[in-house]
Amino acid sequence: MKSWVDKAWRITALPLILLILVPIVMLFTRTSLQGLLANLSQEEVRQAISVSFRTTLISVGLIVLLGTPLAYLLGRHEFRYKKVLDTLIDLPLVLPPSVAGLALLMTLGRRGLIGGWLDNSDIQVAFTVAAVVIAQIFIASPFYVRAASLGFAGIDTEIVQAAQLDGASRWQIFRFVIVPLSRFALLSGIMMCWARALGEFGATMIFAGNFPGRTQTMPTAIYLGFERNLESALTLSVILVVISFVSLLLIKVLVSHETG
Amino acid sequence: MTEVPGAAQAPVTVEAPEPVPSKPVDLNVFAAASLTSAFGDIGSLFEASHPGTTVVFNFGGSQQLAQQINEGAPADVFASANQKQMDVVIEAGSVVSRTQQTFARNRLVIIYPQDNPAGLTALQDLGKSGLKLVLATKEVPVGQYALEFLEKASVDPALGTSYKDDVTKNVVSYEDNVKAVLTKVALGEADAGIVYTSDISGTEADKLGRLDIPEALNIIASYPIAPVKESENPDLAQAFIDMVLSAEGQSILAKYNFTPIR
Repeated sequence: MKSWVDKAWRITALPLILLILVPIVMLFTRTSLQGLLANLSQEEVRQAISVSFRTTLISVGLIVLLGTPLAYLLGRHEFRYKKVLDTLIDLPLVLPPSVAGLALLMTLGRRGLIGGWLDNSDIQVAFTVAAVVIAQIFIASPFYVRAASLGFAGIDTEIVQAAQLDGASRWQIFRFVIVPLSRFALLSGIMMCWARALGEFGATMIFAGNFPGRTQTMPTAIYLGFERNLESALTLSVILVVISFVSLLLIKVLVSHETG
Repeated sequence: MTEVPGAAQAPVTVEAPEPVPSKPVDLNVFAAASLTSAFGDIGSLFEASHPGTTVVFNFGGSQQLAQQINEGAPADVFASANQKQMDVVIEAGSVVSRTQQTFARNRLVIIYPQDNPAGLTALQDLGKSGLKLVLATKEVPVGQYALEFLEKASVDPALGTSYKDDVTKNVVSYEDNVKAVLTKVALGEADAGIVYTSDISGTEADKLGRLDIPEALNIIASYPIAPVKESENPDLAQAFIDMVLSAEGQSILAKYNFTPIR
C-alpha cells in the first residue's frame, strides 16, 4: 500500500517535467545535423556566436574581478544594512531584463546621468559592444556574487584564525585558504553567471540595440530569426540549449563531487 | 478589444443591418504595429455596429504576424504593412490569392530629437560622418523601405552615388520594429531615424522634429488587408474589411497620417 502511494506521488511530478522537456525536445526534432552545419556557415549566425562568446568572456572576467570583493564582504562580514545590500544585489534576478535595459539607458545613454557626461568627452556607450557587456554584467552578476558569498560564508573561521596564527598575511589567507576552500562554489558561480550572460536578451536589445557583428548576440539573432529565418534561429537555439545544459550539469557534478 | 485612449466615440449610422450573432463572438484581427491607433478606433466603431462582437487585436511586425498565421494562430483578418508579408501567407495557403485589397498608403519621413543634436536640416546631412542613425531591420517593411529610399536617393545627382553607403555607415542599430526606432530617437539616443508618417502621432510626436522626403525619392507603402482562409467567422471578417474600406474607416486612417486610398 505504501509503495502505491509512493508511486502515485511521483506521477504528480510528471506534468512539470514534461512541460520543460517536450518543448526543448521539439527544438531538436525541427533541426537536422546537416541543416545545423549548413546554418553554421552563414555569416550572421557565425557573427552572432562570435559576439556572444567574446562579450560573455569579458563580462564573466569583470564579474569575477568586481564581484569577488563584494561576495567576500557579504559572506564573511556583518554590518548594518547588510540585508538591504544583499537584496539589492539579488534585484536583477527578478527584474524583467527590459527594465534593466531601460535603467541602463537612463544612466549610460547619451541623455543619461553618466552617459551625458561621457558624451561630452566623446565616449559613447549605448549601441556599442561595451553596452552588451554592461547589460550582461548587470543581469548575470548576482549568480556569481550569490554563489561566491555562500562559499566564503561556509569556511570555518577557525581555519582562518589558524592561518593568522601561523603568520599568514590577509592576501595569503585569501589566496591559499579562502579561495581553495571555496573553489567549487566559485566555479559553479562562474558557470551559472556565464550561462545567464549567454542567454541575456532584453536588456541588450534596449541598451545595445541590434547590429550584426557588433551588438547582435545569439539570443537577439534568435528573436529576429523567428521572424525571418526560422532555420538559423533553431540552429542558434539548439546551440544555446546544449551549452546551457552542459554547463548546468557540470555545476551539479562539481557540487556533488564536493559534498559527496 | 484593446481600448485605445481617445478612440472615436462618434455615433454610428448603420446602413444595412448586419445579422446579429446569437452568442458573443471574438473577431481576431492581426494587424501591422503601425496600425495600432487607427485600427483601435475602427475596432470600436465595428463593435458598436456589431453587438455581441468583440474585436481582438494582435498588433506586431507584419513578418511576425505572417509567421504566426502560417503556424496556425487563430486569425480572421490579416492587415499587413506590405505586399511581401501578404504574399507569405498567400503562398502558405493561409489566405486565398486575390482576396486581398489595398486599404491605405503610408510614406517615409526622417525624424530627429526635438533639439536636433546633429543639426539635421537637409537630406545630405544624413550622410555626415559621426551622425547616429537608427533604422528598423530590413525584415520589417519600414526597414526595407528605408533602404529602398537610400537606393533611390543615390541615383539623384544632388545627393551623389555614395549617399547610400555614407548613410548606412552611420547606422548604429537595426531595431526590431518601428516603435523602437521612434523611442530611441525621441529619447535622444540617436540623431535620426526613418519611420512612417503615421508613426509620428501619439505621445512621442512633440519630442520629435521631422524632415520630409520629397515625393520623387519617397517610398510609398501599400497596406493590403485580407480575410484568413481558416476563419471561423468569414462573414464578420469581410464586414470588418468593408468597414476599413468605408468612408468612415478611411477618414480614421487619414486622421492618423495614413494616405487614404479614396
